[in-house]
Amino acid sequence: MIAINRRQILLSGVFLSLFAVVGTTLVALTEYSTSAAIAENERQVLLRNLYALLPRDQLDNDIATDTLELPASTLLGTDDVSTVYRARMLGEPVAAIFNSVAPNGYNGKIHLLVGVYIDGRLAGVRVVKHAETPGLGDAVEVRKSPWINDFAGKALDNPSQERWLVKRDGGDFDQFTGATITPRAVVAAVRNTLLYYQQNADMIFY
Amino acid sequence: MTSRLEISRNGLWSNNVALVQLLGLCPLLAVTSTVVNGVGLGIATLITLLLSNTIVSLIRGFVRNEVRLPVFVLIIASVVTIIELTMQAMFYDLYLVLGIFIPLIVTNCAIIGRAEGFASRNPVGPAALDGLMMGFGFLVVLALLGGMREIIGFGTLFANAELMFGEGAQSLKLEINPDYSGFLLAVLPPGAFFGLAILIAAKNWLDLRPQEKTEIVAPAPESA
Repeated sequence: MIAINRRQILLSGVFLSLFAVVGTTLVALTEYSTSAAIAENERQVLLRNLYALLPRDQLDNDIATDTLELPASTLLGTDDVSTVYRARMLGEPVAAIFNSVAPNGYNGKIHLLVGVYIDGRLAGVRVVKHAETPGLGDAVEVRKSPWINDFAGKALDNPSQERWLVKRDGGDFDQFTGATITPRAVVAAVRNTLLYYQQNADMIFY
Repeated sequence: MTSRLEISRNGLWSNNVALVQLLGLCPLLAVTSTVVNGVGLGIATLITLLLSNTIVSLIRGFVRNEVRLPVFVLIIASVVTIIELTMQAMFYDLYLVLGIFIPLIVTNCAIIGRAEGFASRNPVGPAALDGLMMGFGFLVVLALLGGMREIIGFGTLFANAELMFGEGAQSLKLEINPDYSGFLLAVLPPGAFFGLAILIAAKNWLDLRPQEKTEIVAPAPESA
């Protein structure tokens, strides 16, 4: 009796592992045949985001691969390494695009791309990922509101550093009706990114 | 054996996954803020159901009883992963919207429910039809709920259709009322619950109505 049970258990085990092997093989084959297309899609989305900040005619290098890994930094709001993309024209540095994080959004982290020209002016800012309230805080998305475009051309001395706040806190930046926390978090994160750039500009391009 | 008509009726109406079985509600409630999101997840679920039902039915003759559930889960997980990868390769923008909900299809009880309850006891033809119809019933509810919430919440219909059908579909977007400022509640999670409740109530109301009629009409043939 026990012998038969053992045989049954063994058979079931073999049967199950057979299916595991077949299933894994199929998934692996799909992964193999789609990985190139997926990598290309990811690259296209990345380039689309980067070129939205920095017009194509201002750079001639492959910005998606001319990157540097930055260690975690409180100014960037990152708790892990983050990538900075470097734009160059004829070999000369033009701008850097940071992945920074506003850690204090209304619903957690707001992930930003912040483009900074070599002279410390902002090329632009885009929100790449957030969980802010639809209809209120999500006006930081460029699809929903032009608010985020106000950053272009600003720098640490324009407006002066103590004015890098939303209007309600005595600064220069608009808040949204019904949502102050989200723009406050984004403004602070952009200012901190500029501070980071100011302190690390040499290290980023060379 | 169940007839084709009965299988279709079951899947689309009388045993609808979302409205009667109330299965797969987590992705259903979460993604249906627009029609396009709803249809995207609906199609992914439909393909999963169709494939998993077909495969389960094909192997039903020799699958060992004591390991059948793990085998079904393996099949469903493989199918979903393959769909996820294919979607990433072909509809990347839609994947960015639905991304986290695609793996959740694995946990949609409707799929293992159909595998165990129907596909493992029926030939391939009916099993595939059952998967198709159950999936289609789910898809229709996702699309309806997405449509309701999009119209009430944003005042648009078919926004972001280009995510699924390419750039040409951008013109599909309907601005029902350009001055509409939106009704936030419909887009937020409570709107999903209200919307689903209204759909279930409407279905039950439609189901009850003909019964009353037949009661009144029934005596007529006898008197004739």
